[in-house]
Amino acid sequence: MTIFGYRVPMMASLLAWCVIWEIVGQMGVSFLIPPLSDVLVAAFSLVQTGTWQAAALTTLNSFVIGMALAIVVGVMLGLLMGRFPVADNLFGIWVNIFVSAPLSALVPVLMILFGMGETTVVVTVFLFAVWIIVLDTRAGIQAVPRSLEEMGRSYGAGGLRLYTKIILLAALPEILAGIRLGMVRGVKGVVIGQLLVSIIGYGELFELYSRNFDMENFWALTIILFAVAMGLSALIENIEKRVEYYAGVR
Amino acid sequence: MRNITAAATTAVETPSPDAAVEVRGICKMYADMEALRSIDLDFPAGKLTTLLGPSGCGKTTLLKIIAGLIPATSGEVRVNGVAVTGPGPERAFVFQDFALMPWATVMRNVAFGLELKGMGKAERQAIARKYIAEVGLSGFEEKYPHELSGGMRQRVGLARAFAVNADVLLLDEPFSAVDEQNRRKFQEDLLRLVDLEKKTFIFVTHSIEEAVYCSDRIVILSRRPGRVAQIIEPEIDRTASPDAIRRDQGYLDTVEEIWQGLKRYVD
Repeated sequence: MTIFGYRVPMMASLLAWCVIWEIVGQMGVSFLIPPLSDVLVAAFSLVQTGTWQAAALTTLNSFVIGMALAIVVGVMLGLLMGRFPVADNLFGIWVNIFVSAPLSALVPVLMILFGMGETTVVVTVFLFAVWIIVLDTRAGIQAVPRSLEEMGRSYGAGGLRLYTKIILLAALPEILAGIRLGMVRGVKGVVIGQLLVSIIGYGELFELYSRNFDMENFWALTIILFAVAMGLSALIENIEKRVEYYAGVR
Repeated sequence: MRNITAAATTAVETPSPDAAVEVRGICKMYADMEALRSIDLDFPAGKLTTLLGPSGCGKTTLLKIIAGLIPATSGEVRVNGVAVTGPGPERAFVFQDFALMPWATVMRNVAFGLELKGMGKAERQAIARKYIAEVGLSGFEEKYPHELSGGMRQRVGLARAFAVNADVLLLDEPFSAVDEQNRRKFQEDLLRLVDLEKKTFIFVTHSIEEAVYCSDRIVILSRRPGRVAQIIEPEIDRTASPDAIRRDQGYLDTVEEIWQGLKRYVD
């Protein structure tokens, strides 16, 4: 981006918004918006507390397990749907319903099924993340050129090796895009799961701070969460960039 | 030029001892569409035979049936006397769109067939390096397909097919996605490799000039349903320079004769 001929670095706009936040906060417009500097101070001390660390660990644990399940199930189901029309017809309608459904509404039902503990949160993460992974994997598998598959077969890759050496690798750009989008949804899932159901981990802290109108800590919590979600997304995006040329060449 | 009449092909050919590939009564139906009707052909060992015909005549289908990539509706293909039931190591395929793995280097692409056979890394890389040099790509071993031009990519495809040391090489319009100047160079290189490698080549093309220039034997297929219409053996002195061949009267006459035969299929 350039302004008046000067090149402005990418993060400059973020900085500008931070300054605006600080000014609004200092003006004391609303107790909901404390100055950013106070929030950052709060964030700094928050991460050192045992409460936050325990909450973060619980949250991370649910997130990682839920995401791992979503990736494994999502890629396998997407592979089946991309390869076999029968599977596509059987599952297609459900995947398309769930990918756009307001899943938060289902969480109370999950609580009845899986109890008040972490299991429900894991299931919520899974349900938020899995569908987009299925859809993207399916699209990637269907985009694998026929000739590449024939190449594999004619040079001796039959059965399982055809999948591991050709098809999954050829579909990797779409699979990674699905995982990236799934992760962003998974972060939503873990917080919503914890908030709505179990009142554990990060959700418990959100509940605690917002009830007590402890806005510094509330915003600190939010900023950390956003930073983690964006960091994860950027990480996958980085891997995606390395395989980007696939789509153009194949 | 020797012209084997179409009538001869309607009778079942007696298997000739020097046929590397025998095609017997191959029919192919796609739902209601008849792609190929009772094809009987022998492909002599060590020769380059071209399948030529109008688009949609099933020449690529026939090649893929020989490759074992698609099943025939009826009939049988035998390679070195053994019936084909699927792809096999004695046949290697060169694809129209190259079919290179974009995530792998030239080296890995060329060595891929050997990798699948379970050959050790050092051994297969030595073989791959030899064929990369033979197709004129030395120095490009660590490049990725997207860093190469179309012509260079097909050279990788060719090296991959040579590396597995198959008896029969199946080439599906290998030069159609390559620009004209590169194609000419490619055809000359192919003739040199045919001479060098002493393998049986089955070559699919829709270019009459390419067929006459490269082939020992040209099989002309009729329009759908594909049948053998004519077999031509151009007798061209291949020891002459490529440019002399392209100006040779026999070459030009053969091109003209095939064109006269194919003209009726063009709408």
